Amino acid sequence: MAGLICLTILLSPSPALAMHIAEGFLPVPWAVFWWLVSLPFFLVGLRSLSRITKEHPDLKLLLALAGAFTFVVSALKIPSVTGSSSHPTGTGLGAILFGPSMMAVLGGIVLLFQALLLAHGGLTTLGANIFSMAIVGPTVAWWTFKILRSSGFPRLAVFAAAALADLATYLVTAAQLSLAFPSARGGFTASFVKFGSIYAFTQVPLAITEGLLTVLVWNWLQTYGKPELTILQLIQQDD
Amino acid sequence: MTKNSSKRPTLPYWLLVMGVIGLGVVPVIFVRGQFIGSDQQGTEAIEQIQPSYKPWFKSVIVLPSKEIESLMFSTQAALGAGVVGYVIGHYRGRSLVQERNKPPTP
Repeated sequence: MAGLICLTILLSPSPALAMHIAEGFLPVPWAVFWWLVSLPFFLVGLRSLSRITKEHPDLKLLLALAGAFTFVVSALKIPSVTGSSSHPTGTGLGAILFGPSMMAVLGGIVLLFQALLLAHGGLTTLGANIFSMAIVGPTVAWWTFKILRSSGFPRLAVFAAAALADLATYLVTAAQLSLAFPSARGGFTASFVKFGSIYAFTQVPLAITEGLLTVLVWNWLQTYGKPELTILQLIQQDD
Repeated sequence: MTKNSSKRPTLPYWLLVMGVIGLGVVPVIFVRGQFIGSDQQGTEAIEQIQPSYKPWFKSVIVLPSKEIESLMFSTQAALGAGVVGYVIGHYRGRSLVQERNKPPTP
């Protein structure tokens, strides 16, 4: 009990940040910069989207599932141990299934929806938010899954991929904010330590939540969506 | 009822669901906090580091109240959950039909 109280005090409220950088909260040069960085990824994603729907029309439903999963979990603001709340990203699942470039489009659509209709995130910061949530996160998920799936624990690979994608997203956001707002003393590093340490605590439980939810959907797909997973060459026939 | 021949997942669903719920509930019970939406706090952190910064663009939409905002967020979640449920249900129905049409094993 005493330990619990200590923990409670240790983790008492500290300011947390939105994963999405709020509208207008990046200086113009940085807003433009991140738009330019994200645009090529988005275009590559559009191309692979049209390719995959043309070659495998059967996969459209699974594509809808991947997008919808991101839609659900990124709408859920979940309380965290730091006494503030934040939301998961949900990009890991789609990245594991379709590769990271596809998620640049699906994640981008979610972010656009939130910027336009929910006043969450923003149009000027959309480029930066796409880069963190729809490009870096999915890329981390894809590589994590690729490396860990051969370990013989596919569910662990799914869990780690989704959780690390979530954490990576928030670390990138911290880096983006630190680049745009370097501390007067200590510059980028000081700002990054500040932003990053806040994120690390808030986001860890949410990353675990995201990992668990992704494994949940993955289990369903393994049971009922074998044809699709086989097309995507994700499960061996003998699995 | 035909017996489901497909392999059961090694990790039970309920354990995953309990984990998700637990991770959300435990902080609310044990941590004293305001659980403020992170948007506002992010803005404040920037203002701490660079007090002179003024946002140069306003959101294209202004949600009149917290209630409307939560309506929009729940709409987003509901739309997504509906599609997820539809796809999983579709896949499950398909699996059941295939199983039923399979010739009985002697």
